[in-house]
Amino acid sequence: MRSRWAFAPFWLTYLFLYAPIAVLVVMSFNAADTPYTWGGFSTHWYGELASDTKIREGLVNTLIVATGSTVLATVLGTLLAVGMARYTRSKVLGALATLPAILPDLVLAIGLLAFYSAIQATLGLHSVLAAHTVFGMAFVATVVRTRLTHADLSLEEASRDLGAGAFTTFVRITLPGLMPGIVAGALLAFTLSIDEFVIAFFTAGPKDPTLPIVIYSMVRFGVTPEINALATVLLAVSFTAVILVQRVTRLTDSLR
Amino acid sequence: MRTTRRRRLRVEPLVLLGPGLAYLLVFLVVPLGLVLSYTVFQRGRFGGIVYEATAENFTRVADPLYLDVLLHSVKIAGITTLLALALGYPTAYVIAKLPAKWKTLALIAVVLPFWTNFLIRTYAWIVLLNSQGVVNSALGDLGLIDEPLQLLYTDGAIVIGLLYAYLPLMVLPLYSAIERLDPQLGEASANLGAGPVRTFLSVTLPLTLPGVLTGCVFVFVPSLGNFVIPELLGGGHSVMVGNLVRDQFLKARDWPFGSVLALTLIAVLVLLLMAQAWAARRFSGEGDRA
Repeated sequence: MRSRWAFAPFWLTYLFLYAPIAVLVVMSFNAADTPYTWGGFSTHWYGELASDTKIREGLVNTLIVATGSTVLATVLGTLLAVGMARYTRSKVLGALATLPAILPDLVLAIGLLAFYSAIQATLGLHSVLAAHTVFGMAFVATVVRTRLTHADLSLEEASRDLGAGAFTTFVRITLPGLMPGIVAGALLAFTLSIDEFVIAFFTAGPKDPTLPIVIYSMVRFGVTPEINALATVLLAVSFTAVILVQRVTRLTDSLR
Repeated sequence: MRTTRRRRLRVEPLVLLGPGLAYLLVFLVVPLGLVLSYTVFQRGRFGGIVYEATAENFTRVADPLYLDVLLHSVKIAGITTLLALALGYPTAYVIAKLPAKWKTLALIAVVLPFWTNFLIRTYAWIVLLNSQGVVNSALGDLGLIDEPLQLLYTDGAIVIGLLYAYLPLMVLPLYSAIERLDPQLGEASANLGAGPVRTFLSVTLPLTLPGVLTGCVFVFVPSLGNFVIPELLGGGHSVMVGNLVRDQFLKARDWPFGSVLALTLIAVLVLLLMAQAWAARRFSGEGDRA
């Protein structure tokens, strides 16, 4: 067991996870027209990317959806988590609140498409935003609930005993105590919304595709180093976001 | 004083629970209820739903054409899950035994690729597996092959794509299960004369089985329902159940039949979650929350 070979799958896993990413990033600086053969260093494809209006529109749409759904999901998810911790131990409600996080995305996607069609709603950014709020809320509620289990109730009781009303106590005592969880949940909802494809694919109108839908049609159409450049930019953004979340959660751990 | 307190008790739960539950009711319960109800209705001639009950949608799933797709999907998702387990278990084991400082870093490094766009990760494998791609040219340069291999647009490419997409979901629950193991158990087993293989099979594996099952559910379920990877890496040659559902909803516009196919996905999920909950009770005496 202690032999060197015991580590082989460990290294293989990291090689498997990072080699494709490395190839993507390296080939994004390729001067040639294909991401297959190296034709010298160039930032040409980043220029192409910057002037691509479809990608820019997709990016704007994605940011609108992600921002809107994150705000909604954070408010709804936080209230729900606090409410459930205080007033109910119902397992059914608990399962309902986490269901969107574990349900296959395709099932939620067809459900929402059926729902929008049944109420004859026009599809557009608003329908994607409402859809992303469903799973964003589930993730926010889950993260906030794990923090609530460690929460110190004596502060809230002290606040009430000293004459503060329910609202004041919630805003000045409960929320600040939960803030790290809320921020982590919001970042999670935001990142998931930015990357989400399947639900957006089913609930977006044909005129305003989100960035993943634009990427999907580009990838289906063919292989171009422009996608590599886009991939590199997105990787950089995602990696920064993950490190940010990590910092926030580690900070709160050290405060505990 | 007393009256305001009593009123607050009634208003507060409503303010806190009301909005979230109302939202879940409208955007989760009603949509899922609709899909569930569609399974027993007929499709309209031009799409849409005709509200006349029928069992035809269910009998159609038993058609060899669709049964083959279902079985093929289960096979591909199953192979992906087994490979993820074979790669993920030893990886999680090594991570769990690392010094604390390296442990966090190793875990973040496993999760990082998971947070990058899923389509981009799939695209990476198109670039790698293409006949002119990196894998083929490397094999050619090494003199191992004369002609480029057909790697892309095969079932193998789908499995690799799915494995790449969901491997972190296997490593994390396994890690938390192995991490919780008491190292003294292994020592006790060794002191009693058991070899490393015996110790693994009769101590380590049973105790980490809930984690194994959680990881398998996390990998198997999204693999089974995925339609993007089979389309992009399988090139449309081999359809999976996710593609069928997508096509029934967006192309054929046969929503009742699409709903039945989607129901099979939910049924698999429920069955697996039940098996996992059972194993968690049976083997660790407490629920596994990975």
